[in-house]
Amino acid sequence: MEEHLGQYAALTDRAPGVGENEDTGSLASYTTGLAFALLLTGASYMVARTNLLWEPGVPAGLAVLAIAQIGVHLVFFLHIGTGPDNTNNVVALAFGVLIVTLIVSGSLWIMANLNLNMMPASAIMEMQR
Amino acid sequence: MLGKLSWTAIPFDQPIAMAGALFIVVVVLSVLGLVTRKGWWPYLWREWLTSVDHKRIGVMYVLLAFVLLLRGFTDAIMMRSQLAVAAGGAQGYLPPEHYDQIFSAHGTIMIFFMAMPFMVGLMNFVVPLQLGVRDVAFPVLNAISFWLTASGALLVNVSLVVGEFARTGWLAYPPLSELQFSPGVGVDYYLWALQISGIGTLLAGINMVTTILKLRAPGMTYMRMPVFCWTALCSSMLIVAAFPILTATFGMLLLDRYVGMHFFTNDGGGNMMLYVNLIWAWGHPEVYILILPAFGIFSEVIATFSGKPLFGYRSMVLATLAICVLSFTVWLHHFFTMGAGANVNAVFGILSMIIAIPTGVKVFNWLFTLYQGRVRFEVPVLWAIGFMVTFVIGGLTGVLMAVPPADFVLHNSVFLVAHFHNVIIGGVLFGAMAGYTYWFPKAFGFTLDNRLGALSFWCWQIGFYLAFLPLYVLGLLGMTRRTQHYAELSWQPYLIVAEVGALLILCGIIATIAQLVVSIRSRESRRDGTGDPWNGRTLEWSTASPPPAYNFAVLPVVSSLDAFWATKQRGPIVSAERYDAIEVPGNSPNGFVTAFFAVITGFALIWHIWWMAIVGLACAVATLLAFGWIQRADIAVSGEQLAAVERARLRPTGRA
Amino acid sequence: MSAQADTANLAAPVMAAARGYDGGGPAPVRIVVGYGFWIFLLSDIIMFSALFASYAVLSGQTAGGPSGRDLFELRHVGIETLCLLFSSYTCGLGALAIERGRLRSFYVCSALTFVLGATFLGLEVSEFIGMLARGAGPSRSAFLSSFFSLVGLHGVHVSAGLVWLIFMVAQTSVRGPRDFVRRRLLCFSLFWHALDIIWVALLTLVYLMGAR
Repeated sequence: MEEHLGQYAALTDRAPGVGENEDTGSLASYTTGLAFALLLTGASYMVARTNLLWEPGVPAGLAVLAIAQIGVHLVFFLHIGTGPDNTNNVVALAFGVLIVTLIVSGSLWIMANLNLNMMPASAIMEMQR
Repeated sequence: MLGKLSWTAIPFDQPIAMAGALFIVVVVLSVLGLVTRKGWWPYLWREWLTSVDHKRIGVMYVLLAFVLLLRGFTDAIMMRSQLAVAAGGAQGYLPPEHYDQIFSAHGTIMIFFMAMPFMVGLMNFVVPLQLGVRDVAFPVLNAISFWLTASGALLVNVSLVVGEFARTGWLAYPPLSELQFSPGVGVDYYLWALQISGIGTLLAGINMVTTILKLRAPGMTYMRMPVFCWTALCSSMLIVAAFPILTATFGMLLLDRYVGMHFFTNDGGGNMMLYVNLIWAWGHPEVYILILPAFGIFSEVIATFSGKPLFGYRSMVLATLAICVLSFTVWLHHFFTMGAGANVNAVFGILSMIIAIPTGVKVFNWLFTLYQGRVRFEVPVLWAIGFMVTFVIGGLTGVLMAVPPADFVLHNSVFLVAHFHNVIIGGVLFGAMAGYTYWFPKAFGFTLDNRLGALSFWCWQIGFYLAFLPLYVLGLLGMTRRTQHYAELSWQPYLIVAEVGALLILCGIIATIAQLVVSIRSRESRRDGTGDPWNGRTLEWSTASPPPAYNFAVLPVVSSLDAFWATKQRGPIVSAERYDAIEVPGNSPNGFVTAFFAVITGFALIWHIWWMAIVGLACAVATLLAFGWIQRADIAVSGEQLAAVERARLRPTGRA
Repeated sequence: MSAQADTANLAAPVMAAARGYDGGGPAPVRIVVGYGFWIFLLSDIIMFSALFASYAVLSGQTAGGPSGRDLFELRHVGIETLCLLFSSYTCGLGALAIERGRLRSFYVCSALTFVLGATFLGLEVSEFIGMLARGAGPSRSAFLSSFFSLVGLHGVHVSAGLVWLIFMVAQTSVRGPRDFVRRRLLCFSLFWHALDIIWVALLTLVYLMGAR
């Protein structure tokens, strides 16, 4: 029957939240994650509250830091990895991220476009003044 | 004490509504009375109401769909009859306030409580069998999903007896659906029924995705799965991705109505186009949720009855995945005319045209499967061929309306109504009927009468064209949708033809009911002992009809696509040498009890009976925690029992 | 021997060898449950994203009332963030403890998680009460409606998580760390970490961007 399995004979899938060797990760993993998350939170606060970053770049900077911190959570707390035993978990996450991106960016684009094109005449006059 | 509820909630002053209400009450009481008198409650409770078997749950979903088809179709006939007479100065027999509720209920019921349960039910029944496993990933959750859907259906029908339904159309756009313009309970019935059933649907989607990705028979790699399982996977992924948007959007509208928030109101900075945007971000994937399983059914039916493997399996899988992703990129085409600029309209218009391409690939694959096959024109194949012609026409009109300038002429006309009925009836309903006829012998052990099945198909097919082709013409002539009467006398002949079409469809529905009755009466003569009445290709046909609770005594090991066909080519099926003991999940009242409290909570929230809502919600949470605490007992089936059943099944064929 | 007889005798070792991976047969229950819950969490995140989109669209619609700059106290929010982040850490430690059979550590970590989570919730409720007292309630403007709903929904999830945590600690103490209990604890920790992920997005998009 082994021929039915071929290359899959030795592999198993991993559940999300479960680390290597069916373990739930290690103390080192969680502590490193905590440290990174604290650093990134601190950095976000500094970017938002001080003049560390050039003013128009602040939203982008905050977004980058947030994405980085979400990544830290996924890797260090949820043990999402890139091995073949994690493929299902990563693909599901990627699909979710795709949908979220489409909905949020699509909605923002559409709503901005609607607001622009349906501006009442009085407001258009205001803009031209 | 009882919130807004009082005796005035019952429509004593509206004869037609009162007649409908009385009819429903009489039917429900008669059924309950019959069951009580015959002493069927213990059987029903044990075998159906507390069942966590995917096959039982699938059958209940389909039964729910058929019952709600009757209710939704009644609404349709009433609308067609009204329009056939309400020309020129005539007002017809339905006042606008009532007519508005009818078209809103028709759409809501047909989409949420007919098409969705039908597809989910067929997926539920078939997918574990096709995957070669014993049940879905989470059987108790499956039961909860079904009963929550049924709760939503119940609430919508209660609105006919106590209170009113929404008058907003099936999507309830604000500001009309806001409290200021819909102060009654109609929109609340709509919102709570759909929130409750939406949870059920979401859970069913999660269940199906997990089952297909994590529970397959040994050797069944992704590319050896039947195409129906691929379409079920993609449809379920769309459910998981889209229904949360519906929940959030309805949640925001509920917050506006109940707490006075300003998401979509005229004042306070609300933006009603935000609702339109979000609801269609759900709404477009929803129609693909409905059609993908139908595509899968047709793939199975056409391959089986052509006696050939499906043409282009890989391209079918890719096309299905492409449709899945693209369905999230086209939603603006539902509101081209509502203020977006040319650039936005153009992008979404082009994407809407692109999404037609993978569907075209599928159609060609079906045609190439039929080509040079030995086609047996059984009833499911009739539905399939009818689908291919009808759906393509509907798709073409869709691509036509995907062109924004054309849509500016046709949006919200009856051309649009004809288009979506074209694709939903021609696609989803025909697929549902094909699947019902195809898998009925597997579910119940006997086939359905062929002649009545063919009669039903022809009535539906011809009736559909008579009912909806005139609407295409009328749309081009300028008739708007959702009108209770119209001034143009020249439109009346078309609408009379449409009425005739609707009556013909009614004959089709009666034929289906008759088919069921006749088949049950003559079931002994049409008994299927082999489990494989159609010479099928996929694993569900390798089980008995109906399959035992555990589906497979031994999980099959799969080594190719069309696993059962491959097995049959290798020689006659014999029983195994050894059967290991297995465990079957035991029954659970969790689903039924949770749904009971969901109905109470929903009804209480609709009528502003706050104490009842709190009690209902608390009981629902308590049910969840209580059933989480106790551990449901599994039922053990010993190896000897399995061996006995399998040998008895294979003995008549001399292969025990 | 026919093909079917082959399969009957070899099905068991086949299933043990390559469980859940593509052609290996049905996955073990722990993986199935974990994956199913992961899919549920993704659906929950999509629900939040619809509310995020609404917030983004409506955040400027203050209808003449107070805006984020007037209302948000970043120090208060910072303490909330630390509470939730540390509760995620203690939750992770609790998961480690239960898998290594150290029940006492598990109870301690769960208690810490609960206290930190409840503190977060208390701080958030006090923030809401403060805003309501200043007339900046959810019915004041579209901005406030979307703020209260988005942040409030996260708070409702945290509350549900706390109830779930109590239930799980009770079940663990009565039933012991059996398989089905450990599966549920896996789901709980997935849930709790996901809530912190959503909070990161909330903190950034609502509070840090809104207070500028």
